[in-house]
Amino acid sequence: MTANVAEDMMTETDATDTPTSPAEQETLAKKMVARDVDVFYGAKQALKKITIDIFENEVLSLIGPSGCGKSTFLRCLNRMNDTIDICRVNGDITLDEQNIYDPALDVVQLRARVGMVFQKPNPFPKSIHDNIAYGPKIHGMTRHKDELDQIVQTSLEKAGLWNEVKDRLAEPGTGLSGGQQQRLCIARAIAVSPEVILMDEPCSALDPIATAIIEELIDELRQNYTIVIVTHNMQQAARVSQKTAFFHLGDMAEHGPTDEIFTNPRDNRTQGYITGRYG
Amino acid sequence: MSVDYLILTVLVLTAAGFYLGRSRSIAVTGGRTRDLHSVPGYYGVYVAIWAGIPALLLVLVWLSAETSVIKNMVLSALPASYEALTPSELELVWVDIRNLATGNIVSAQPSPTVVAASEHYLSLRALSDWALFLLGLVLAIGGLLYARARVTPTFRARNRVEKVLNVFLIICSTIAIFTTIGIVLSLLFESFRFFTRVPVTDFLFGLHWSPQTAIREDQVGSTGAFGAIPLFAGTLLISFIALAVAVPIGLMSAIYLSDYAPKRVRGTIKPILEILAGIPTVVYGFFAILTVAPVLRDLGASLGLDVSANSALAAGVVMGIMIVPFVSSLSDDVINAVPQSLRDGSYGLGATKSETIRTVILPAALPGIVGAVLLAASRAIGETMIVVMAAGLAANITANPFEAVTTVTVQIATLLVGDQEFDSAKTLSAFALGLVLFVVTLFLNVIALRIVRKYREKYD
Repeated sequence: MTANVAEDMMTETDATDTPTSPAEQETLAKKMVARDVDVFYGAKQALKKITIDIFENEVLSLIGPSGCGKSTFLRCLNRMNDTIDICRVNGDITLDEQNIYDPALDVVQLRARVGMVFQKPNPFPKSIHDNIAYGPKIHGMTRHKDELDQIVQTSLEKAGLWNEVKDRLAEPGTGLSGGQQQRLCIARAIAVSPEVILMDEPCSALDPIATAIIEELIDELRQNYTIVIVTHNMQQAARVSQKTAFFHLGDMAEHGPTDEIFTNPRDNRTQGYITGRYG
Repeated sequence: MSVDYLILTVLVLTAAGFYLGRSRSIAVTGGRTRDLHSVPGYYGVYVAIWAGIPALLLVLVWLSAETSVIKNMVLSALPASYEALTPSELELVWVDIRNLATGNIVSAQPSPTVVAASEHYLSLRALSDWALFLLGLVLAIGGLLYARARVTPTFRARNRVEKVLNVFLIICSTIAIFTTIGIVLSLLFESFRFFTRVPVTDFLFGLHWSPQTAIREDQVGSTGAFGAIPLFAGTLLISFIALAVAVPIGLMSAIYLSDYAPKRVRGTIKPILEILAGIPTVVYGFFAILTVAPVLRDLGASLGLDVSANSALAAGVVMGIMIVPFVSSLSDDVINAVPQSLRDGSYGLGATKSETIRTVILPAALPGIVGAVLLAASRAIGETMIVVMAAGLAANITANPFEAVTTVTVQIATLLVGDQEFDSAKTLSAFALGLVLFVVTLFLNVIALRIVRKYREKYD
């Protein structure tokens, strides 16, 4: 896993859809890279020297006990932490080898490329159609209404929601069930054609059936997007992700292929957590 | 013996009751207060309540009934010749009797019957005072002793005190309601008297307002016209100008405060904005007439416009500034109530701050903002002092903000200022205007509160 491998392999990534073995992973391109990332809330350090590579077309899951910093790290990846006054980030995070904390970079553009789905479904109090059309409209992605309608349809289709809502696009998004709302939020994120999708415990407010649907969806989305997901549910991490990183008290204790982390953890803390001794 | 002494005595007994009750409760357990159901203080309060409340209630009932009872007794004791008098003549005799008794000026040389009656009145008063004092004292002491005797370790003084407190709170809250009902009734009755003189349709749809009624037969120009349309038009014009000033400024400052301002700035600006709401309206009034109006007139003159000294614009602009805090403070609350998750969702899609506010926050907060604006509007419509000073008295129907107009509130104020006879149409028209004003602002407030409440339910 060296930085220059990524460059060579950029063009070949489309061919490999489901990388499972470590050997195959070498062929994947690095989408985002974090090096020595420290995060402070005021004087308190929330993350210490986090270094991790995020590969294209892979799902990376971040696990760990509450307050370990995994959500904080996720929010660093699209600079959502900027909205918190006292938050300070040191270190480098790159997206396609461009530093996202570079002052020259437009944070608004960054968030269009790195989309986000939140813990609680948060549809806007608008119609289903307008919820999806929101992103494309503010980014001026379409010139005609037909084009916009097309984006709305494809986004809803990709999120597996189209068949359920195609007859009631004008109804408010807040009227959907929790699971549908969350898929609406995923569709809303997809609509601006991001490259990376960040998900902050996307299923924690949903029942098991809605959760299963979203997990399936995540697996399908992997073909076109890079996904980072924070989860408290270790079975979920095992089911949906190819890579897993275990956070503990602001440190990243361990990261690697998901099956290795779960079957053969190297770190004591990881072992303690996944076997249920604490957390 | 005057009532003051009784009240003073009862208060002393109440205080004594507290200490007696408390010490009694400690004594019955032999100092082991842990065996008591309630803390000793509650027993004290319980005894104090029994010592004070019944006696004070007696004073209240007695004083409210005393006069009419004595009046009946005195008047029925008058010689038979007085029975033929009409009620209003009898009332005059009664006034004479009382005036004679209290040493005031009497209408004519008092007849011997009136003198005798006034002595009768005085003796009855004295008797009544003594009776009240003795009864009150008996009640207070009796209550104290009764309550003190009930103090036992198992007695639930705490719950009893709670019940009394509950009743007391209910009484307090109903006072405001009854006052409102009283005000509405008085408005209704006086308006009804006005409408027996001036038809309702003439009042509501008449285009001419000139409330002078003739005092002499041959007086010129005092026919009395009570068409309220010019007043409604003036009120609407000024309220519209005020809202045109207050809504944009208030809303923008609310947006700045809730979403842009750093915490420290917000902590400074918000109280300052709220000071604006605490400035007396009369101060706004002379600011309008002495500062704003001349500036507007000079400005108008330099632009070739004819702005009158008392203009709707000056009054409206100053009133607008006055209601800025209403709009900004209420809007700030509703904008803050829009969940952070919606903001995050919008930022997460790559929206800028102003895009987020325009397309997500404001639509979500709109019902609440409308409520805030309606509350501000009802405030503007009811505002009096600024328009009295700055808007003028001429009842013009005009949409030109540079002319002088008059409002409903201004007319009410001028109609009732000074000595008035309360049975002329001129004076009574103030009540009709007040009724209209009350109905309109009530209507606006109800709508505004409903909208605000409906909105709140949606996100909590």
